[in-house]
Parts: sequence; structure tokens; C-alpha cells
Amino acid sequence: MDSLHTYLFVALLLFCIGLFGLLQRRSLIGMLISVELMLNAASINFLAFNRFLGPDPAVGQIMVLFIMGIAAAEAAIALSLILALYRRLRSIDIEKARELRG
Amino acid sequence: MSPAIAQYIRPEVVAYAAFGFTLVLVFGGALLAVLPKNIIHNVFGLATSLVGVAGLFIFLGSEFLAMMEILIYIGAICIAIVFAIMLSQPMHLQIPKRYRPKLIFSFVVATSLFISFHGIVTRTEWEPALVRGGDWEVARLGRLLLTRYELLFELVSLVLLVAIMGSIITAAALGGDKNPTGDEET
Repeated sequence: MDSLHTYLFVALLLFCIGLFGLLQRRSLIGMLISVELMLNAASINFLAFNRFLGPDPAVGQIMVLFIMGIAAAEAAIALSLILALYRRLRSIDIEKARELRG
Repeated sequence: MSPAIAQYIRPEVVAYAAFGFTLVLVFGGALLAVLPKNIIHNVFGLATSLVGVAGLFIFLGSEFLAMMEILIYIGAICIAIVFAIMLSQPMHLQIPKRYRPKLIFSFVVATSLFISFHGIVTRTEWEPALVRGGDWEVARLGRLLLTRYELLFELVSLVLLVAIMGSIITAAALGGDKNPTGDEET
């Protein structure tokens, strides 16, 4: 419970679950959910290194705050793009968005 | 309470039990977020997993970030996803079937990445920094955000502003009903 490896293992497993979901889903919202899981795994890694190795406890926390800010911006953009795509295609299935296919 | 039970309730046992419960929240939520086909169940799983991650943040010594996690991720992002689900996909429509090759392919990719990264993590000798500060105060976070990381802080604020304006424009102006029937695409 109190070692770096435990937290790195937890974060790695969470990241791989997110990657599996990202590759396997076909609905865009499902893919967005998986991306949030992967971002959280990165946050856990930052805080674990901050807790066990880092020189200054404040720096890792500030990095995680920035990750949260970027994740909020990314979610807003992605959701508005999903809504725009839904209005065009009447579907949020990623396999139907192939207008640009050659 | 009988003394036979009381001897098991020691602080370290309680701490391990709480850690195990947090891990169950994280991974149970993550599996619930990825596996079911119904998108509403996925959002509930995401929220559960994020509560677990907030618990991990407390174990890692940062209560402030645990609160921020619950506020931003669960309070803002999950709710926004639920709104997008309400506005987009009618729940009574049939959920499309999954392709088995895609499932197998993504499982193989995720597993191989897990194995290789696990090898890297276990074989690296992690060395702590020579001088380690011990100041976990939130006040120091605020001071650093307004002095050393001032530029980054303002940039993140600008990115958020541009993202919100851009998402309003994308959702309101560009998404007009150019193809209302949607049957052109087959």
C-alpha cells in the first residue's frame, strides 16, 4: 500500500483498461469516457512520483491540476463535436463518419 | 463489541481495508465504464472509477486534489457527458452489435502494452530526489501557481476560454441541419 510500485501498477492497469475501451468502442461518447480513464491514470502516476520520489510536493499537484484543466477543455470540445456530428449523421457511431474517406 | 473482534480492528488493518475498497471502486468502475453496451451504465462506471481515483489521491497525500477530482470530473465532466447523451442518442434505438475481430484486436493491443510497460516499471530502479521538501500545504500550491507557474496557469485559463467559445460555436452554428434525414450516408 505504501510503495511506488503499487501505484504504478494500479495506474498502468487503469490506462490499459482505458486503451482497450478506446480501441473497442464504436460510440464516440464511449471513446471519450475511455480517454478520461487514461487521463486519470496519468494523474495517478504524477501524484505517485510526487509522493515517493519528487523533490517538491507542490509541483506534482500543480501538474495534476493542469491535467484536469486540459481534460475539461477536451471534454467540452469533444462533446460539442459529437453533437455537431450527430446533427449531420443522426448517429454517433464512429464507423458512419466516413465522409472524408477517399 | 467482544475483544475477539476488537483485536482485528487495528489502524493498519483498517487502512488496508480502505485501500482495497478504493481499488475495488477504481477497477470495478473502470470495467463498468468500458464493457457494457448501454452508454448510461458507462457513465455511472466512470463516476464510480473517479471516486476511487479521488480516494487514491487521498492515500497519496493530497486531499485538495481529491476534492478537485470530485468537483471537476464528476461534477462537471460526467454531467456534461450525460447532457450529451440526452441530446444525441435516443435510448430506444438498438445498440449495434460488436465485431469480434475488433474486440480481440483491442484486447491483444492492451494486453501487450500492459506486459511491456509492466516490465519497464518493475525493472527500473527508481531513485528518490536528493533533497525532498515536505511542504504539503495548499497555500504553497497557490503561491507557486501565481509566481513560478504563472504563465502556465494563464495559458490553461486561456485554453479553457477558447475551448468553451469554440464548443459553443461548433455546437450552435456549425451543426445545423444540413442533412436532416441522414439517409444519404449508407
